[in-house]
Amino acid sequence: MSNMVHKTLRHLGTGVAIAAMLATATAHAADDKLVIVTSFPSDLTDVFKNAFMKENPSISVEVVNKSTSSGVKYLIETAQNNQSDIFWASAPDAFEVLKENSLLAKYESSVGGVATELNGYPINDPDGYYSGFALSGYGFMWNERYMDAFKLPEPTEWEDLTKPVYNGHVGISAPSRSGTTHLTIETILQGEGWEKGWQTIRDMSGNAKTITERSFGVPDGVNSGSFGIGIVIDFFGFSSMASGFPVDFRYPSVTALVPANIGVINNAPNNGPAQKFIDFLMSETGQGLLFDPKIMRLPVNKSVYANAPKGLPNPFDGSIKSEVNFDTAVSQGRYNVVNSLFDVMITYRLEDLRAAVVAIQEAEVALAESGATNAEATKLIADAKALLHTLPIDEAKANDPEFAAIFKSKRKKQTDKVEGRQAEIEQEWDDQIVQNYQKAAELANTARFMF
Amino acid sequence: MSSAAIARPVRFSSLGPYMVAGIVVLFLGTFLLVPVLKVIQVAFQDPSSGSFTMVNFQDFFNSSLFRQSFFNSVYVSGMSVVFASAFALPLAYFTTRFNFSGSVIIQTLAFVPLIMPPFIGAVAMQLLFGSNGSVNLLMRDWFGFDIPFMEGLNGVIFVQSIHYFPFILINLSASLQNIDRSMEEAGQMLGSSGFRLFRRIVFPLAMPGYIAGASLVFVKVFDDLGTPLLLNVNTMLAPQAYLRISSIGISDPMGYVISCILIVFSVFAMWVAFLGMRGKDYSTTQKGGGGLSKRDLRSHEAILCYVVIFSILGIVLAPHLGLLLLSFGSVWSFSVLPDSFTTSHYGTAFTSAWTFIKNTLIYAGLAGVIDIVLGTAIAYVVMRTNVIGRKWLDYLAVSALAVPGVVLGIGYLRVFYGVNMPFTDQPMATWWGIIVIALAVRRLPYALRSCTAALQQVSPSLEEASENLGASKFRTVRRIVVPLMASGLVAGFVTSFSTAAVELSATIMLVSTENDAPLAYGLYLFMQSAAGRGPGAALGVMAVIIVGLATYLSHRMVDRARQQRSSMEQATGDVA
Repeated sequence: MSNMVHKTLRHLGTGVAIAAMLATATAHAADDKLVIVTSFPSDLTDVFKNAFMKENPSISVEVVNKSTSSGVKYLIETAQNNQSDIFWASAPDAFEVLKENSLLAKYESSVGGVATELNGYPINDPDGYYSGFALSGYGFMWNERYMDAFKLPEPTEWEDLTKPVYNGHVGISAPSRSGTTHLTIETILQGEGWEKGWQTIRDMSGNAKTITERSFGVPDGVNSGSFGIGIVIDFFGFSSMASGFPVDFRYPSVTALVPANIGVINNAPNNGPAQKFIDFLMSETGQGLLFDPKIMRLPVNKSVYANAPKGLPNPFDGSIKSEVNFDTAVSQGRYNVVNSLFDVMITYRLEDLRAAVVAIQEAEVALAESGATNAEATKLIADAKALLHTLPIDEAKANDPEFAAIFKSKRKKQTDKVEGRQAEIEQEWDDQIVQNYQKAAELANTARFMF
Repeated sequence: MSSAAIARPVRFSSLGPYMVAGIVVLFLGTFLLVPVLKVIQVAFQDPSSGSFTMVNFQDFFNSSLFRQSFFNSVYVSGMSVVFASAFALPLAYFTTRFNFSGSVIIQTLAFVPLIMPPFIGAVAMQLLFGSNGSVNLLMRDWFGFDIPFMEGLNGVIFVQSIHYFPFILINLSASLQNIDRSMEEAGQMLGSSGFRLFRRIVFPLAMPGYIAGASLVFVKVFDDLGTPLLLNVNTMLAPQAYLRISSIGISDPMGYVISCILIVFSVFAMWVAFLGMRGKDYSTTQKGGGGLSKRDLRSHEAILCYVVIFSILGIVLAPHLGLLLLSFGSVWSFSVLPDSFTTSHYGTAFTSAWTFIKNTLIYAGLAGVIDIVLGTAIAYVVMRTNVIGRKWLDYLAVSALAVPGVVLGIGYLRVFYGVNMPFTDQPMATWWGIIVIALAVRRLPYALRSCTAALQQVSPSLEEASENLGASKFRTVRRIVVPLMASGLVAGFVTSFSTAAVELSATIMLVSTENDAPLAYGLYLFMQSAAGRGPGAALGVMAVIIVGLATYLSHRMVDRARQQRSSMEQATGDVA
């Protein structure tokens, strides 16, 4: 019968098996090994890997690339039999999670010329478990062709993005998905205050076309022209420009410069090479590599700025205004609460939020166009805004460690007890918020139809 | 002709079936059940005390967000099956029913949509169909309005039906090719023809394939998170589970609760599909006919058919056209086409591609082989033996469909990281073989559906004949059953292989060195930076070509075997 199929299937099987055996027989040559777990793209890691291996031919560097969250999960799950030496990623919060789980080993590099603080904010972990190797600020990038086509003005401040003209043109990621977005949100909250900050964030998100699932989704969307303006970390903007996309980037005045970090893993099998790599990264040679057009990050070694490419600002000479002194302890304490609030209020209810924001914007335009003063309409709009901006919890509650414990990843001990469940609380918030958004939209629509 | 009853009493006392079932259970237990339970046990834990509780499930049903997500998921899955059927039916019917010069090529091309490389596929789709994609930019220029292809739930339905309709196509085609021609001839002799013949005779006989495909599409769409994530639609179940499981530092039990619910609902959907098939007999003893009689088309019919086929192919292959443009384009931003064209991305991609390609072929190939072996074993145990609880074997395998890749990945790390491999002393979870097993487990349901459909069309009386002539059970399976199932097996292999080749979610957790990384992982590396988009697309194109070639070769193999068979039969005058 179908001998042919039979035979070929068998050949296929044998072929695959032989190929499999060949694959296992790859040899490893160098004496020393170094395993780096990182969230950085190969555009960045390859540059450092090659330069480092040129200086240290006896060490073979193995780069394992994972997203920040799966990298953290990977290290936690593999701690029992650790094979990794270095964790290398942007978000300080990820390092805090590792530190809390005692997965990091202390190492402070002694390379000269490296700044230890910027505007009073320490660049390295005060306890010495991880160090900043590059600085990043937050801002927005926009697609010039898109802005031309829709005749949009260039934004300069966070506030600008709340204007009706930008409705449906903004892209942002969710802080629970992206460590860098979390920092952006926390920067706004600390810079403008809890109430005012959330107001800005919600008005801005009401203009959002989409909440992307990962942080790179935002620059990707701006580069493609899916939306016009994205809220991003600076190097996404710089490297997109360097890759030739018709985009531009700007820091608003409320921004914080936050270090991207590196740390040695506890019980690292190759501790020596790991420390050598960090020293190399902090050295002038290593820091200079950050100016590679595909990388474009701000070094922490002041002396290399003399060779900085055009357009890259020097944070140490005050060319980036940063009004916020970022408080890591506060950020860390309410980390999960802020993420959860954002998801409940914005990510999962974007449609309701957008409807309310649009209704209010339209009512305000109608009021302004009518030229008349209408006390009733003004009051309706104010009420709608108040409803839209109501927060389920105040700052004190968010910062309360007992409340935050409900959202904590793990109970430390079997005996730890927590009152309330995350799902229960989120459902409470959700009920309240959906109702508020719908009511706000109704009020605003009533106001609009007065004209 | 058709045999009387499929559920005839099976009588053999040997322990063979139990041994086969035991091995399968052992495999699935070790590589599916234990790792998954290790992770999703959180769903049954009281978050405050760690004791056993069902309170998390109560929370699920109390949450309006989750209820809404559940209904959205059911709605989207149902609608996707409808649209996917509309794409698949004409292609399957035309290419198996009529003499087309390029029907193998058409079948292969129509299969390609299943291979959508992660991330980069999303970018290509946005650039073509997005609100400021090529199509909408043109529409706005010419007509002054645009169509929101990619917005909200409708966007998900649109992309899902393009993406998954090959499941119906490939299973339905395999079924159509197995239909006994004499049935159709009998219908024709009794005066039936045209659409009535199709509706009353052909389609009902091909039902196992259609149901296999449709239920796969339903469950796959229900459990899929890639597409909703690419469109940033959060209010569906699978993305809700994923978002809650993979957030940094949060381990909200709701993510795991949703995983449980996904698993239960998927098994339930498969059970409903099974109920629909029960009590019907689709097997035919005759294999001589080699499927429907093919006839030539009159010229105006041919034109019509080609118009239908090419418009379907045009729609479903558009994303891959976008991918191709992206891989050759320099900068493509807010414009109908890229600004200029270059081949340099391929140069960049090639420098790192070879290891990735080699690994992908090995991993996906081995996973495909494991899948059809397991798939045949399970299908056989379920349908031909009286092993107690055999139906649960099927459900267990299918539940893999509903396990998010992240959950499986974390489970493997948790279970196998402490176990060291013999000889090398490396943790088992860092061994490349574990990636193969993860892929095999995740893709087993695809192969299993095809194997089951294929076995359903083989009459048990053929096996009885073989055993009556003194062949052992094993020999019967090897010499009679497996060859008769061949086209279904190839269908199963191809589906497993090609979808495994672009899988990322479990792999990214398990890859421990770049040397062991498959192609999808390489793509992920490129897609982390602005400069990586072009090379990423180039790598994606390579993945599509490789898998497409493998598919084409498999189809050719089946076709050649069939031709050989029918020419042999004609030579001996043994035509049914």
